[in-house]
Amino acid sequence: MDILNILLSESFWAASLRIATPLIFGVLGALLCERAGVLNLGIEGIFVVGAMCGWLAVWLGAGLWGGVLVAALAGAFFGLLHAILTVPLGLSQHVSGLGITLFATSVSYFSYRTALPNVSSPPRIEPFQPLDFPVLADLPFFGTVLFQQTALTWLALFMVVAVWYVMNRTALGIAIQAVGDNPDSVEAQGLSVFALRIGAVTAGSSLMALGGAFLTMSAFDAFFFGMVNGRGWVCIALVIFASWRPGKALLGALLFGAFDALQVRLQTQMGAAVPGQVFLMAPYILSIVALVIAARSADYPRALLTPWFKGQR
Amino acid sequence: MSNIVLSLNGLSKKFGSVVANADVSLTLERGEVLALLGENGAGKTTLMNMLFGHYLPDSGTIDVADANGQLCPLQLGHPLAALSAGIGMVHQHFTLAENINALDNITLGAEPLLAVRRSTRLARSKIDRIIEKSGLKAPLSTPVGRLSVGERQRVEILKALYRDANILVLDEPTAVLTPQEADTLFENIKAMTKDGISVIFISHKLHEVLAFSDRIAVLRHGVKVGEMATSQADEKAIARMMVGAESPKVERTKIATGDPVLQLKNISVAGRSKRDSLEFVSLEVHAHEILGIAGISGNGQGALAQVVSGLMTLSEGTIQVGGKEITKPAPQAMISAGVGRIPEDRHREGIIGAMTVAENMVIERLEDSDIQSRGLLRPDAIEAYARILEHSYDVRGPGVTAAARLLSGGNIQKLILARVFERAPKVILASQPTRGLDMGAAAEVGRRLLEARERGAGVLLISEDLDEILGLADRIMIIRDGQLVETKSHDREAIGLMMAGEAA
Repeated sequence: MDILNILLSESFWAASLRIATPLIFGVLGALLCERAGVLNLGIEGIFVVGAMCGWLAVWLGAGLWGGVLVAALAGAFFGLLHAILTVPLGLSQHVSGLGITLFATSVSYFSYRTALPNVSSPPRIEPFQPLDFPVLADLPFFGTVLFQQTALTWLALFMVVAVWYVMNRTALGIAIQAVGDNPDSVEAQGLSVFALRIGAVTAGSSLMALGGAFLTMSAFDAFFFGMVNGRGWVCIALVIFASWRPGKALLGALLFGAFDALQVRLQTQMGAAVPGQVFLMAPYILSIVALVIAARSADYPRALLTPWFKGQR
Repeated sequence: MSNIVLSLNGLSKKFGSVVANADVSLTLERGEVLALLGENGAGKTTLMNMLFGHYLPDSGTIDVADANGQLCPLQLGHPLAALSAGIGMVHQHFTLAENINALDNITLGAEPLLAVRRSTRLARSKIDRIIEKSGLKAPLSTPVGRLSVGERQRVEILKALYRDANILVLDEPTAVLTPQEADTLFENIKAMTKDGISVIFISHKLHEVLAFSDRIAVLRHGVKVGEMATSQADEKAIARMMVGAESPKVERTKIATGDPVLQLKNISVAGRSKRDSLEFVSLEVHAHEILGIAGISGNGQGALAQVVSGLMTLSEGTIQVGGKEITKPAPQAMISAGVGRIPEDRHREGIIGAMTVAENMVIERLEDSDIQSRGLLRPDAIEAYARILEHSYDVRGPGVTAAARLLSGGNIQKLILARVFERAPKVILASQPTRGLDMGAAAEVGRRLLEARERGAGVLLISEDLDEILGLADRIMIIRDGQLVETKSHDREAIGLMMAGEAA
């Protein structure tokens, strides 16, 4: 069987993890925002900002990690903007989020054109290279799948553990969970609802921007218009699939990555008989199906989408 | 060193043009239980929310004793200042995060937020010590969403004690408890006062105030109208102080009951959780009868009400209204069969807030020819009809053409009564009909239900207020874990035990 051959190949699994990497960042970021009670539909635009700023910083002479830092800071800036609009000002999270996406995307394109007015083909940078693990990289199967990925993929996997640890093992994480469930519980204990929510949204947004940075600094080596291509929206769906848990977020991202890797391979094998667009659709359709199954039992953070104001109870 | 630990001096608070508190002063002594008594809307909770910093008073000051017993002014409008001054508040609507466990709720905000490692060992042993001293038992490692109401309340109190509160404010603590749980709570409070903790508890229930407090302060319309030692208090005098007049007595006459008007046979429904499911429930309500369903909140009352309203799909059993079986229970079918519905959540299920008072009054009889002709509503006729009802049911507010959501809770209930009773239904489903109403409005609801009973209707009265059931019902059944048991007893104590699931 062709599909079986694909599923057993090392390159398929390596590609799945690679495709999943930006989604891992994105889902973790969305998870952090939503756990605190704020939906961040700015994610798609923040991906673009991260992709643009990280790449531009490197192109202008910063180191690769310098670029990652710039991307994270740019994401944090737009996250902070969304947080100020939705938390202390209590505006509609949907409207503000979509506004952030349009604004951040346009500003990124604008800055790109301003910085590079006269280029026809996108300039290239030297992107992150696969980490070279001696011995481990030569392991059968795992050598290719795990140990020939770039540093950003490893950072994404580390972030899964880090976000899990913070959310479940630190007082800060417990407070973020509480503020997304019942903000009054946090206020009654003398903590600031606003500070927790703004902090979580800002941190979550900088994670999202790292997802974008991966695209221009690891998956590709240049910035194109339209390159984010809905990855942010996919993360919004995956976070529900993940029930707001970091471990399941990783699983969801990998599942989507695997579907995407599979469809590329099926296209090349069966492209003659079936139009390529059918395969392109497949991961999205399958993620909708997975969402339908998972969302029925989803345990939404109770205070999600609900602004909180002092003295209103 | 004086014995006074807290002094409220001339606190006032307005919301828009509504005066919630006007120039209220109070003192609290060490180790004392002060009851703050008053009707709904008398301003008790507002006063305590100012004390705890949730609201900023328009004028007035608060002094709290420091460690040496010296009274110092409290920074107003800051919960954190109140917390560190040793004031703990247990809100009527619990401020607990349900997705984390009791221990985390208790320690939330009391430990450094940015520590990389978190040790719960010390916290746990401190909480265990507090539990041992006060008797406030609650499971610490279960998500709070899975705890019972009584347990959640104990977690709330533990939260305050963990922060070394020596002034504890309890807002309507017994509203959600069984009589036995309430007794346990008051024992716990007694144990705490022996340790020098002072307690203010807010209540509108006279009997518990008389039984458990040292001193009573009465509020009416935001003003303190009286204060006395409980030992010298006279029940009638306090009741008069609360309502400003003798509380209206509900008169009920003996009538022979008639034929069954509502019969549920072996009804089972599966709700989203166990608390809104029913298992093989059977009951009969006869004409000229009020059947009271007593029980602690969350034992299937909601499901039972939804079944009688036609809002739930039955997995088993049959419903008969007036002797005729309802084959497909749906809201419209139940209404046309003669069921009148006074829903539990009057704001959300009782009215359509954006529609006018008049439209809400006719909404269950839109097919009648005096309301519509050939499918078109007759606005003038509707308004005229509504004006009559507004007058006869004493619905006060900005008029029948105003949006229904602008009415106060009591007047929304009167609107619902008008809509239901004017249709002269055979069966009346009344879910928690007096919850949140003041004494006057509650008495009016009781009077109307008894009137309907006299006229020949059967009333299914679902209530968590045992006094209301004992005062109105001809027969009493107890709902627990989705099952119904009939009781012949009309004794508070015995019914309370059955509600809690112990053999009477």
